[in-house]
Amino acid sequence: MNKQNLALLVVLGCLGLPFAAFGQTNSCVACHGRLDAELKAPVDAFAQDVHGQFGLSCRDCHGGNPAADDADKAKDKTFKGAPKRARIPEFCGGCHADAAKMRSFNPSLRVDQLDQYWTSRHGRRLKAGDTKVAVCTDCHGVHGIQTAKFPKSSTFPWNIPQTCGRCHADKDLMAASKIPAGQLDDYKAGVHAAALFEKKDLSAPACNDCHGNHGAYPPEAGSVGGVCRQCHPSAGELFAKSPHKKAFDEIEAGECEACHGNHKITPPTNALIGTSEGAACVLCHEAGSKGYAAAADLRKLLDEFETRTAAAGALLDTAERKGVEVSEVKFKLQDVHTTLISAKNLTHGLAVDDIRKTIAEGEKALDEVNAAGEKALAEAKFRRRGLIVATICLALVALALALKVRRMGAKKA
Amino acid sequence: MAKNIGRAIYRFLDERFLFSGLSAFAKKKTVPEHKHSFWYFFGGISLFLVGIQIATGILLLLYYTPSIDGAHESIQMIMSQVKFGWLIRSVHSWTANILIGILFIHMFSTFFLKAYRKPRELTWITGFLLLVLFMAFGFSGYLLPWNELSYFATRVGADIAGSVPIIGSWLKTLILGGPDVTQATLSRFFWFHVAVLPIAALAVIGIHILLVQTLGMSKPIGVKESKEIPFFPDFLYKDALGWTLILVLIGVVCVFLPWEVGKKADPFAPTPMGIKPEWYFTFMFTTLKLVPAHILFIEGELLVILGIMAGGLFWLLVPFLDRRAAREKRSPAFTWIGLFVAAYIVVLTVITYTVKKL
Repeated sequence: MNKQNLALLVVLGCLGLPFAAFGQTNSCVACHGRLDAELKAPVDAFAQDVHGQFGLSCRDCHGGNPAADDADKAKDKTFKGAPKRARIPEFCGGCHADAAKMRSFNPSLRVDQLDQYWTSRHGRRLKAGDTKVAVCTDCHGVHGIQTAKFPKSSTFPWNIPQTCGRCHADKDLMAASKIPAGQLDDYKAGVHAAALFEKKDLSAPACNDCHGNHGAYPPEAGSVGGVCRQCHPSAGELFAKSPHKKAFDEIEAGECEACHGNHKITPPTNALIGTSEGAACVLCHEAGSKGYAAAADLRKLLDEFETRTAAAGALLDTAERKGVEVSEVKFKLQDVHTTLISAKNLTHGLAVDDIRKTIAEGEKALDEVNAAGEKALAEAKFRRRGLIVATICLALVALALALKVRRMGAKKA
Repeated sequence: MAKNIGRAIYRFLDERFLFSGLSAFAKKKTVPEHKHSFWYFFGGISLFLVGIQIATGILLLLYYTPSIDGAHESIQMIMSQVKFGWLIRSVHSWTANILIGILFIHMFSTFFLKAYRKPRELTWITGFLLLVLFMAFGFSGYLLPWNELSYFATRVGADIAGSVPIIGSWLKTLILGGPDVTQATLSRFFWFHVAVLPIAALAVIGIHILLVQTLGMSKPIGVKESKEIPFFPDFLYKDALGWTLILVLIGVVCVFLPWEVGKKADPFAPTPMGIKPEWYFTFMFTTLKLVPAHILFIEGELLVILGIMAGGLFWLLVPFLDRRAAREKRSPAFTWIGLFVAAYIVVLTVITYTVKKL
C-alpha cells in the first residue's frame, strides 16, 4: 500500500466514525422519539426513570435489538413488547424477585415484593382473573419510575394517598368490587393527613403504613389494634390490660377503630370521652349504667385540668405580650401539657386512680406556672409604673432645660 | 467653710490638670447659630448614645457567657432573673439600633450641609470610619445572644464577605475562625465586640471630637447669618434637651418592646425562610438578592460587592472630590448624588421588609 492509499484509508476511516457511532444508538429511542404522543411518551418518561439511572435500557425489559436501524429487524425474535396487564407482576418480578440480578444493581432492595403481592387482595384477585386490580405499574408508573425516596415519586409518603386514591376514590371502579370509595376523603379529614400534608411529617402514616405495601390487605377487626400499636404502643399496652379489651373482643369491635374510627381519625380531644354527643363511650354505655357515670367523671376530670392548663397558657401569653420574658415558665407549661397528654393516654387503660394521680402531679406544676405567670404580670405592671415615673422626671428635666434655653435666648435678644 | 474646701480642691486639681485652660477654652468656644443648626445636635446625641452603650455593655458583661452552650442561656437569665437585666439588655440592643440610625442622619446632614469641605476633610473621614466601626459593632453584637436569627444571619453575612474578590476566602475564615459559624466565631466576635472595636471606636471618637473642637462647627455654604452662641452652657443645654428626649424614647421602647431572646441557634436546623441581617445592612443584602446571577460575563454578586466597595470609597473621598464646595460654591451634583444614595438606602430597606418574595 502506497502512502496515498494509506492517507485515503485514514480519511475514509475518520469520515466513517460518526456513522459507526450512529449504528450504536438506541433505535427504540430514535424511532419512538419521532412518533405521536402516546408512543413517544415512554422515551420522554424514561429519561427520569430510576432504571435508566442504573444503566438499563428498553431492551432489558422489552427485548429486541436496539442496534438495528430497521423496525422489523429491531423487533427480532427476542422482542417481548409490552406485557399483558395480567402478566405485569411477573414481568417486573423477572428481575425484582431475582436476588442475584438485584444484587448487581441495588443489593439493599428487597426481593420479596412479588411473593408479597400474590398474598395481597390485589394479587389474589388478579390470579382469579380480575385484571382491574392494581398491578406494579398502577402504583409505580411505567417508564418514569422513581424510587420512593424521591419527593415527586408516586410512592413518596405524601403522594401515596393520591396514588391509592386513583383507584380507591373512583366510585365506578370500586362499585364493581363492592368497596366504598370515600377512604381518601376520610383520610384527608383525619389527623394523620394533617401531620403528613401540613406538618410534612414523613413518619405520619399514609395508606401503606396500615395496609402494607406490596402485600396490601385491609386489617381485620382483630388486627387493627396491632396496626395502630406500630406507632402507638403505649396506648395499645394500656388497652390490652383494660377491662375494655375483653369486652371489645366479645363484640368483635376493632379495638382502636371502635372509638377513633379508621380512615377519618379525628383529633383525640376530650369530646371523645364522656356522655355528651359525639362521645365514644355512649356507643356502648347506656345512661344510668356504672360505665356511663365513670365516663362522665373522667370527662369532668380531664376538662377541668385542660381548662386550667389553657388559662395558664393565656396568662403567660399576656405576660409575654406585655414584654416580660417567660420562656422558662413556658417550658414548665410544656411539662403540664405532657402530663395532660399522659392523662389522656391513660384513659386507654381505664385506671382512674392513675389518671387522678397524673393530673394531681400536673396540677402541682400548674400552680407553679400560675404563680410565675402572676409574678410576670406584676413585673409588667411595675415596669409600666417605673416608666411613667421616669418619663415624668425626664419630662421635668426637659422642661427645665427648654425654659433655660428660652430664657437665654430672650436675654441675648 | 465648705466653699473654702471646695476652692482648695479645685486649686489643687487645677495646678495638676490645668482646668483653667480648659475652662477658658470652653468659655471662649462658640457655635454658629442659623436655620440649619438643628442638625448639629445629632453629633451630640450620637456621643450620648455611645456613653449609654459603654455603660450598659459593661453591665451586661457581668452575666454574659461567651460560649455556644451558655450564651443563649445567659441572655435568657439576664432577661428573666437578673434584677433590671431586661432593662439593661433592652437599652443596649435598642440603643445600638437607634445609634446607627442617628449616625446615618448625622452623616447625611453633614453631607447635605457640605460640612466636609476644607479644612474638615479629616472630620468627615473619621466620621465615616465611626459609622463603619459601629456597623461592625452591630454585626458582631448580633451573634452574641446565639439565637437562630443571629446565627443564620451571621452565616449569610460571612458568605457575602467570602465573595469579596481576592481576599474573600481569607476574610471569611478571619470572620468565622473556620469554615462555619462555631464556638471559634462566637469567641472572636465577643473579643472583637468588647475589646478591639471599643478601643478603635474610642480612639477615632477622640480624634473626631478633637477635630470638631479645634476646627469648630462648619457653617453651610451661603449662610450669611453671623450669629454665634457660646458652646458652654448654651449649646450644651440644647444638647442635653435632645439627650433627655432620646432617653424617654429609649425607655418607652424598652418597656413596651423589650429586645427578644429568640430561639437558641441550632447549627443542624435548616436555614429559616426570609433570613435577613440587621436593618442597616439590608440595603446591601437586598441589592445582592435583586441583581441577576450574571451580568454579561461577570457574576452579579461580585459586581454588587465591587459596586459597594467603590461606592464606599467614593463616599469616603467626597471632601476631596467636591472641589466646588471646597471653594465655598454650591455643588448641586453632590447634593443630587447624596439624595440618590439616601433614597436608595431607604427604598431598598423598605423593600426588604415589605416585599415577601425577593
